[in-house]
Formats: sequence, structure tokens, C-alpha cells
Amino acid sequence: MREVAIIGIGHTKFGIASKTLIELFSEAALQATDDANIDPKQIEALFQGAALPGFEEGQVMPAAFSAADLNLGPIPATRCEGACASASVAIRDAAMWVGAGAYDLVLAGGVEKASTMGVSFATRTFAMACHASTEGPAGLTFPGVFAMAARVYARKYGIPLEKLREQMAYVSVKNHRHGALNPLAHFYKKYGALKIEEVLNSRLVADPLTLMDCCPFSDGASALVLCAAEVARKYTDDPVYILGTGQGSGTPLSKMEDLTKPVSRIRSARAAFKQADLSPEDIDMVEIHDCFTIAELIALESIGFFTWGEAAEATATGQTDLGGKIPVNMSGGLIGKGHPIGATGASQIYWLVKQMRGEAPNGNQINPVPEYGMTDTLGGDFGTLCHIILGRSKR
Amino acid sequence: MYKEYTILTHADYENGIKERKLLGLKCRACTRITCPPMPVCQWCGSRDLERTELSGEGELITFTVIRVPPEGFEAEVPYIPCLVRTKEGPSVVGRLDHDAERATQDLLGKPVKLNGSFTKGDKFSGGPHTCPVFGVRE
Ligand SMILES: [Zn+2]
Repeated sequence: MREVAIIGIGHTKFGIASKTLIELFSEAALQATDDANIDPKQIEALFQGAALPGFEEGQVMPAAFSAADLNLGPIPATRCEGACASASVAIRDAAMWVGAGAYDLVLAGGVEKASTMGVSFATRTFAMACHASTEGPAGLTFPGVFAMAARVYARKYGIPLEKLREQMAYVSVKNHRHGALNPLAHFYKKYGALKIEEVLNSRLVADPLTLMDCCPFSDGASALVLCAAEVARKYTDDPVYILGTGQGSGTPLSKMEDLTKPVSRIRSARAAFKQADLSPEDIDMVEIHDCFTIAELIALESIGFFTWGEAAEATATGQTDLGGKIPVNMSGGLIGKGHPIGATGASQIYWLVKQMRGEAPNGNQINPVPEYGMTDTLGGDFGTLCHIILGRSKR
Repeated sequence: MYKEYTILTHADYENGIKERKLLGLKCRACTRITCPPMPVCQWCGSRDLERTELSGEGELITFTVIRVPPEGFEAEVPYIPCLVRTKEGPSVVGRLDHDAERATQDLLGKPVKLNGSFTKGDKFSGGPHTCPVFGVRE
């Protein structure tokens, strides 16, 4: 396989958008091609994550219309769907095609207009990524699944539930603090001074998770230009390299051995580390799929940044913030930055590249500029997992 | 002739629940039980399976109380989805028949028993589906 580089990045403002999802994606795509100093006509293929466009705008097959909207010509344009991990799956597939030598220059990313559905209908459509025939009649929701996982975590490690709730609240406080500094975040300048008690006392969504334990429904798009590493310096002085990727698939909830140790995530992360020839100790920063506060803790342990049962206390003591063992979600994460589900994986990569260029917002930038970064993206209730490891130098 | 791979369909499984029977599959290769049904053993992948009935008894692994429901579930709030590990080994997702205001962490690990069924469908679900309802055995 050839090595693959990221040479251009684009990201719309996350939040509530009035533009169509095709327009949103085009905006991110044109930012990315401008950033890469290429003519969009040079793009050979498009890989687009989009989870629920049919329910949002009555639009399926958005990838083809995105290619048309950008006047890319009749190139192959593929929608990738892995629920909330859709964009990461798209980027990973795009990297595979470039790595295999089929294309030199491709556009990859994702888009979502989740807010248009409203809370009630969005809760229904998001829950479609649960196992419909067994989890549907039970009325499971995504917050519900992670609330169930939080209870298992508390019991397994002998943590009183009230104490775990407090430790989880640190995730929300940290991610909102960084999201408030990110001008493209859904909650820019919003919850920068959030307090633990405010997380604990906000409205219960799915016991024990409160509204402030949850990420919002957001609109937005993010796009990347990927190219063969051997020609990356033709376009840019500061390419970022994709050093390793992994993907894993889960099962219906009923077939999971342990909700706090998702095999799909463990397998995916290990595959990415193996390909990159790196280990968790080498990673300088990570963008984790914090759809809910407990999700960040489970992810940190499954990837290997902390041993089983340690992430909650480590988070409460600042080990996942700037200056800690591993800075997590310095973009604000899904909780602070917002979660346009089909775009999230691309947004995670966007903010890692910004960090590696030293262009992250003040207060979020890691110093010195990080050498290695990693993304963790989750779709469904552990149904689709994807990890991507980036580096400033080739393997 | 067209070969049938499904030994216990999901419809069979749901019909069983409606009659308060938890149906599954017993593997002749590894002797373990698969439930809800799949075309292969959920433990070893073998296709050498036969129908069996589980006791309907198990342990409450976890639950949540849903306060913000999906569209179409408003009338049921608050309700309690749960995960139960059956005596026979496999886990099932269902609902817990319990007072939501008294559903606390100390319920975890309690013995539960199948005591009913819940059927729900909307225009997206391909018809109604049925899940088991469990009650805590005091
Ligand atoms: Zn077997």
C-alpha cells in the first residue's frame, strides 16, 4: 500500500444551518480544495459520509449530487454509512483507494443536518442504528444505551453511581470549556464556565444521563483532500500523513459480552496502532467520540490510554485535559463542538490537522505542536467503530 | 429445492414471547444456547442447531429510565429498557416491569423472570415487533 497524506481541510460552522446539506458539503469541500491549492476538477473520486439525509431532507444518494454541485464531472461518488461513524468510514475507504493506487487525489468527508429533524424525530431516527427488531420495541435510545453502560461501569468498578455521575460531569465541563473557545463549535462562547453541579442538575434524559451529559443534534459538514504521500509536497509544505486506520463491527446489544469493553472498538484501535506501528503512549492527542460523557471514558480504556476502570478518576483529576497524560477532545468534542453525525469523523481529523499545523484556537492548542494524533469514531451502539492515526512525518 | 437456513425465525421468537415462552436454539457442536435467534450459533458459528425453550429466568445486567422518548413513544414515558442475562447464558434486551421512580442502581444483579411482552411498531419498523418484559423476583 502507498502512504496517504491529507493536503487540504474544510469545516463549516456547526450548529443550526439554513443551507441545504448539499450546500453545506460543498462549502466544506471548496474550503478543502482551496486549502490544498488544487482545482476541484482534479478530484478523481468522492467518498461522503451521511447517515440520515433521507429523513432530514428527503435526500438519499447525496454524494452524487455533491459531486454535481462542485462540478467535479461524472466521477465515482459514494455515500458511506456507518451511523455516527459515517465520515470516518468514508475517509478510511478513501485512504484505501488512494493507498491501493486507484486514485491520486480524492475528496472525503461528511455532512448531516440533524437539527432539522427536531429532538423527538431525531431521537427516533438515531435509534434506527440500534438493532431494530430486538431493541426497537424496548424503546431504546442512544442516551439510553450509554446510560445502561454507565450503570454497568459503576457496578463493575464498585463506584457509587452518584460519584460516577460527578466523574462523568468532568468530561462535559472539559469539552464545553474547549468547545466554547472553538469558533466553529455549536456551543462557541456558550458553556465555557460550566460547573459540575450544572451538569448533575440538568434535566434527566435517560437515567443517569442528563442533558449536559449528551452531545447536541447539529448541522454541519467537513471535508478533506487526500492524496498519495509521494506527491503531497507538490501541493503543500505541511502535509499530515495517515499512518494507520482500523475499523470494527459490533453486534446487537444482546450479544455483547460487556457494554464497557466493546470488542468492535478494541479490535479497530488495535488494527490502527498495528498499521501505524505505534502504541497509545506515542499518541499526543486524541479526538474521541464523546456522544455522551460515559462514552469518552469507555473509549479511553478500550483504546488503551488508561487501564480498565481508571478513566473516570483520571478524567476527574485532569489527566485528559491540556497538560495531562493525554489531551482529549481539545476541539470541544461532540459535546462542545456539536455532532452532525455524518460529518463528525471528518471534523475530528480537521481539528487534529489544525493542531499539527499549530492553528488550533488559543486555549485549545497543544504545545509543542503534536507529532501524532488519533481519532475514535463510533456508530450506533458500538455497531461501527473506526480509528485513524495521523502523523506529521511519514511512517 | 430452495434451502432454508433459518431454523427459528424472528417472528417465531416474537410469537413465543407473546405466549410467555423464551425460545432459542441449542447448539449440538458447543452445547451453548443462542437467543435471540440467528442462523448460526452466536458462540461458535455452528449451523448444527435445534430449537429449545429457555426458562425465562435470569439476572438484571443493566437498565435505564427513558425520560426523553423517540417520536411515537411519548405515551409510555417513563419506561425502562433493560438487558437481562438468562440462566442459560445468552442475554436479551427487553423492558423491565417496575416503578420508574423506584428504579435504582441496587436493582442490578437482581433475579428477574419473563412476565409478559411488549409490542410496538411505527411506519419505519416494518410492522410491529415484540420484546420480552421482565419482572424483578423479590
Ligand atoms: Zn455453538
